[in-house]
Order: sequence, then structure tokens, then C-alpha cells
Amino acid sequence: MAAPRTVGDRSSWNLQNRSLLAASAFRTSLGDQASKGPRLQAQFLLSSLPNKSLRLVVPIWNRSTRGIRGLGGAVAPEGNQKKRTLLQFLSDHFYDVMALREFLLRMQMLKVHQKNRAFPHIEEKHGPYIAGAFFILKQGGAVKFRDKEWVRPNERGHFSLEFLQFQAVPVEAVDASGCNINYEGLNSLLALKELRSLSLRCCPHLDDWCLSRLHSLANSLEELSLAGCPRISERGLACLHHLQNLRRLDISDLPAVSNPGLTQILVEEMLPNCEVVGTNWAEGLKLGPEEQPQDTASPVPA
Amino acid sequence: MLRRALQLGWSRGLFIRRLGTRRGGSSLDWDGNISEIKKKIQSFLPGGTWNPLYDTSHLPPEQSDVVIVGGGVLGLSVAYWLKKLEKIQGGIRVLVVERDHTYSQASTGLSVGGIRQQFSLPENIQLSLFSVSFLRNINEHLAVVDAPPLDLQFNPSGYLFLASEKGAAIMESNVKVQRQEGAKVCLMSPEQLRNKFPWINTEGVALASYGLEDEGWFDPWCLLQGLRRKVQSMGVLFCQGEVTRFTSSSDRMKTASEKEVILKRIHEVHVKMDNSLEYQPVECAIVINAAGAWSGQIAELAGIGKGLPGTLQGTKLPVEPRKRYVYLWHCPQGPGLEAPLVIDSSGAYFRREGLGNNYLGGRSPTEEEEPDPGNLEVDHDFFQDKVWPPLAQRVPAFETLKVRRAWAGYYDYNTFDQNGVVGPHPLVVNMYFATGFSGHGLQQAPGVGRAVAEMVLEGHFQTINLNPFLFSRFYLGEKIQEQNII
Ligand SMILES: Cc1cc2nc3c(=O)[nH]c(=O)nc-3n(C[C@H](O)[C@H](O)[C@H](O)COP(=O)(O)OP(=O)(O)OC[C@H]3O[C@@H](n4cnc5c(N)ncnc54)[C@H](O)[C@@H]3O)c2cc1C
Repeated sequence: MAAPRTVGDRSSWNLQNRSLLAASAFRTSLGDQASKGPRLQAQFLLSSLPNKSLRLVVPIWNRSTRGIRGLGGAVAPEGNQKKRTLLQFLSDHFYDVMALREFLLRMQMLKVHQKNRAFPHIEEKHGPYIAGAFFILKQGGAVKFRDKEWVRPNERGHFSLEFLQFQAVPVEAVDASGCNINYEGLNSLLALKELRSLSLRCCPHLDDWCLSRLHSLANSLEELSLAGCPRISERGLACLHHLQNLRRLDISDLPAVSNPGLTQILVEEMLPNCEVVGTNWAEGLKLGPEEQPQDTASPVPA
Repeated sequence: MLRRALQLGWSRGLFIRRLGTRRGGSSLDWDGNISEIKKKIQSFLPGGTWNPLYDTSHLPPEQSDVVIVGGGVLGLSVAYWLKKLEKIQGGIRVLVVERDHTYSQASTGLSVGGIRQQFSLPENIQLSLFSVSFLRNINEHLAVVDAPPLDLQFNPSGYLFLASEKGAAIMESNVKVQRQEGAKVCLMSPEQLRNKFPWINTEGVALASYGLEDEGWFDPWCLLQGLRRKVQSMGVLFCQGEVTRFTSSSDRMKTASEKEVILKRIHEVHVKMDNSLEYQPVECAIVINAAGAWSGQIAELAGIGKGLPGTLQGTKLPVEPRKRYVYLWHCPQGPGLEAPLVIDSSGAYFRREGLGNNYLGGRSPTEEEEPDPGNLEVDHDFFQDKVWPPLAQRVPAFETLKVRRAWAGYYDYNTFDQNGVVGPHPLVVNMYFATGFSGHGLQQAPGVGRAVAEMVLEGHFQTINLNPFLFSRFYLGEKIQEQNII
């Protein structure tokens, strides 16, 4: 009776021991996984799951150390059994869990792509201006046709379709703040050849690749706001030199820019006729003493 | 082959018989005793499968379906696409053999990281366009659960090619091809050039072509590490060791026209372990030669080019290491944020590096000036004599500059026509190439990897037709000349 339990306990001790190492082992020899059998796979799962699994492992650890020292006389075998079955279950379904997580990741990406699909049937029927406006409104942004009022969706995302009559009227301004626009989605925007003002504040999927496409609006664009976009860096801002008609550019609050002050100066040099709004340096000097260390740290790239 | 199989069967039979006859517990039963001791040790030690007597965990596996020689960006890209395009998950076992995991001499880490569509060959343009869309969505292609996203540091600043009067006509026809393939490239007159980039001296420039989108430079190390991470999560095995030998068999065959050819097939790749004399033969079905600048040597190991000159057997893989210098300099009055990667009509190039008025650049030496590729030492006189004068003439601000740093790297230089070699060898039937890109291998790696994987899995190219890049062109003497080699 005692002997088999010791064996069982030892293997769970191994489990714990290995799960500590598993994270690093997995990274270095992931390929070995398949050959090492299901046990190591379970260990990896344990180590990769957050705290919950740690709680699951700790009791085993205590019990098994006792078991090894021969003190574990009063261990309830059923409890151990339960843990074992859960581990067994996880190890049996290791690849299923991995596949599921990978699938979820893919779905997340797919969603952004789906939101950025163009509406070719609308473009065919009503022309590029209406199609572009429709796309922006669908995304939750607002558009302004020339000499017309701003069209905005309400809180529930509905908007009136009156603008479908404005076929010959070009879109003059777009406010796409907070929209999920990405590289593909820009296609619809770039068709608006007479766009003068564009606000892309806080767009989470807008990156440097997108900025390199704005050159096709170079003739019309006068106002551009990129404030708060988390993925835009100085590398993308460098392409804005194509936009020679730009009068106002807002590049404040871009977390991915490594040297906001220097970048602003360089952008100003690059676009001499443009008013560049960025992080205000003078403001930082007036801050209270408790905020000062933070401010001095900001120009140094992280 | 038959003999080996027989030998194997024979020895195995003996072994079983011995076990069978000696199961009585005789004192001479070594195998039994050892396994008994092993079991005991294992039950004492808490290490589970740890086995101190025969620790072979550092060796590569004895079998693998595909062995990739060289773990640079091209090798890893092939591994990625093989795993991505396999029909059954886990259906192909892929082993990447890389002799230096620090990549200290590999071209990938030492490159300038540029990507452009301004080539003259449609295939090169297509490869580059494919790679651009791969890089743009790199965090989707190379996404690993629980790993942080990659920061490719892509600078979409474009390439600016300058042409003298002599080169203007060629440039114009190249741009036509590039536009047809879908690249966003525009032509500029010297006047327009002066307006856009006032720091350029347009003397001697007749025409310029400028990439508006999808051109620029990125961090090659990030692509390499991203591929490595992804490929590992897909189950590709890595091994640090050097490929030193192939064992192969040959078959005499007759072609339809009654000509005799000898077809070779590699059976085993010998991998010599790092810092030791130990080696492991790895049985494999397919070998991929992605050893960059050293792929010529790998081809020679497989017997390619060992035959009478002028025959297919005697045709070497014309890829050799060529040393190229890159210099980084500081110039306070240099071009600003808008500066693209400029390629002067003389062949010298430079680009901005970061925001601190640093620039890096270089120039390919002429055939006569070619430095000795024995080491990676930098020749600083080359900058003084060959790189600086044309650049200072083109950008007068560069007349005062200070070289800060310099390094050298190897081009995987194809001496035949400076283009890549992709696909199988006609005689060594299971060796596939992904090499010879002579200075544009990094940017084409995603596309080339896919093409090679398609060739291996499907037997033909599907996404991009790379038939002109097959090995047979060296034998047939069909050069496919690329005009824009830097
Ligand atoms: C200075 C410079 C600038 C460049 N600039 C650009 C650029 O701007 N854009 C661009 O696209 N390309 C550029 N390139 C070219 C580009 O770097 C190469 O074409 C590309 O990296 C080739 O990749 P690879 O994987 O074939 O080679 P490598 O990265 O060299 O990898 C080959 C690997 O094979 C390994 N190996 C070799 N022999 C063996 C063996 N017997 N056993 C085991 N392993 C072995 C080596 O250790 C090496 O790691 C540049 C190159 C240089 C030198």
C-alpha cells in the first residue's frame, strides 16, 4: 500500500519541480515537447496558466515533500486522485487548449480585418465619396460634406442615410477619433480626394505603415490630428513631409515616440508652413515639485 | 542501401536472440544489469526521465523529414512556411542546423535592413511586394500566444535612386515595370528633386525615382528573432552544430534521349556538435541549403560541381562570400527627418539612422577592388577614398562629418547574375536552395521561404513563379540580369 503511493507522490513532486523550470525549458526546447510525452506538457500548461494553477500545485508540493520524508501517513488518496485527474485531463488535452487559445487569438485579429472591409457595392452605386462616408460612419466616426452639417451616428451606432443624395458633393472633413481603422480601412479614406481636415485621434490600429499612405491626400489635406495613437512613432511621422499643404498638425500624446520634444522640432523643420501641436515643453517647467522627476524622465527613451 | 538494411536486420536479430537466451539471470547479462541499475538510479533521483549514463539531449534527433542548413532569415523563413503550409498539423518534422546561435557572422544581423520595390526584374518586385505585406502584418503571421508583439521599427521613408544621363532611359523603363507590378514609385526631375530635398546637389542627375510607399528600412534582428520564436512554437527543432558531410547514394538513369545521368540522393546529414568532435548523422528526406554566404561550400559537400566543366555535374553553385562595409557617421548639418535611403548614380548609398543626425551608408567595391573575404575587418581607407567623395559631392553637408562606427558583413554573392537561387538541384534531387541573393536576401526572405516550401510540398511554385531562379540557368548560361544591385 505504501510503496505505490510513494511513487505517485514522487511523480507529483517531479511535476512541481519541473513546472518551475518548465517555462524556461519550454522556451529553449519547445520542439522536444512532442517526444517527452504528455507529462511535461501538463507541466508547461501549469506554468503558463496564471495564479490559479499555482494554487492547484501548492498542496501537492506540501504533501509530496512530506511523503518523501515518510511523514505522509495521513494523506487522503482521493484528494490526490482528484488533482491527478485534473492534471491528467489537462495533459490529455494539451494541444486542444493550445489550439483553442491560438484560435481565439486569430479571431481577435480577424475581427479588426472584418471591420475594415470596404463596401464595394456602395462605391459602385454611389461613388467613392458616399462609400468613404458610409465606411467612416459605420466605424463610429463623423463626416462633413462641403457646405453641409456634420453627420454623426448616435450612441447606438445608427445614422440617417440622407447623405446618400450628396453624390457630387465632396467630403471635406472626417473625424475618425477612436475608430478601429487599419491599413486596409484607409483605402476608403484615401478615396476622399478633397479631404481638408482629418482627425485620427486615438485610433488603436493606426500605425506607421498607414502614415506612409497619406501622401495621396497631399494636395488637399490642411489639418491632421494624430494625437493619442498608441502605435505611431517618429518613423511614421517622417513620411508626413509629403503633405506640403498642411497648416496644422497635432502630434501630442504619442506614447511610441521615443523623443517627443526632439521629434516635434524635427517635424517643424520638415514642415515649415505648418503649426505643429505637440507636448508643450514650457508647461512641464511649471509643474509642481512632486511631478518633476516624472517629467525629466520623459525625454529619455525607455 | 540493401546491404545496410540487411546489416541492420542481422544485428537486430542477434540482439534479440541474445536477450532471449540469457534471460535466466546469468551474471554476464550486461544489458539486463545496466537497465536494472538505471531503473534504480531513476527511482532514487527526482529527475524523472533524467538519464546520466546516455545523455543525448544536446544531439539533434536521428531522423527528420527536412533538414535546413543555416538558421539565418532565409532558413527560418523556409521553416516557417513549411510548417504553415503542411497539410496535417505536425506532419513534417523540420530541423534547423545553425552553427552559431549568436549569429556573429551571419549576414542577416549585419545588413542595413532595407526593403524596396525598385528592381528591374518582375520576380524581384513581386517577391518584395509579397514580403512587404508579410512585414506589415508581421504580428499576425508571427503571433505567438502569450508573447509580446514584435516591434519591427519599420521606417517607411522610401528609396531614392539617382540616375545620370546615361542611366535615365533604363531607369524610366524599370519604373514602368515596377508600376505595372503595383509598386508606388514616382519619377522626379532634378527641379522637383531640388524642391523636395533641398540638401541634394543635383549636378549630374538627369532623373530620380522615388518610392512613395512600402519602401524603407527595418530592424533585421527583430524579423530574425520573431521568426525564431514563431518557428519554435510551431514545433521546429533547432540544433547548434555544423553540417560537415552528407552521405548520399547515386543512381544511373537514362534520359529520354538515351543520355546517361547520375542522380544523387542525400540520405544523411552529418552534424558536428559545437566545440566537440562528436557528430550525429541525421537521416532526412530533404535538405535545404540556406547557408547564406557559405552555401557554395555546402553545395560542394553534396558533390555539386564535382564533374567535368561544362557538364551539369560540373556546374558549381556560384555563390561566394563578398565583404561589404557599412559606416556610421555623424553630421550635424545633415539631411533632416524627410531623408530617404539615397542611392547615388555612383553606387554609394546612405540613410538616416535615428534622430540624432547620424547616417549610415557604404558602397559596393568594383570587381578589382574586392577585399579579401577571409575576415570581417573594416578598411577605413575605403570610406575616405571611395564612399565619402561621391556622397560629399551629392550632399554638400556631408563635407564635414565624423565616422563613428563601422562594420563589415558578407553578401551571399551570386557571381553569375547577382540573383537568388531557389528550388531543387537537377541532379542532387533532394537538395533545395534558398540562397545567393547578393544584398537583397533579407527583404525577400518571406517570399522566398514560401516559394521553397511550395516547391517542396507541391512540386511547383504557386504564389510567385520563380522558375527563372532555378539552378539550371547556370548550366544553360541564361543570365537574368538585375540592374538595381547595390
Ligand atoms: C552589409 C550588408 C548590407 C545588406 N543590406 C541589405 C538590405 O538593405 N536589404 C536586404 O534585403 N538585404 C541586405 N543584405 C543582404 C542580406 O543580409 C542577406 O541576403 C540575407 O541576410 C541572407 O540571409 P541568409 O539567411 O541566407 O544568410 P545568413 O544570415 O548569413 O545565414 C546563414 C547561416 O548559415 C550558417 N551556416 C553556414 N554554414 C553552415 C554550416 N556548414 N552548418 C551550419 N550552419 C551554417 C551561418 O552560421 C549563418 O548563420 C545586406 C548584407 C550585408 C552584408
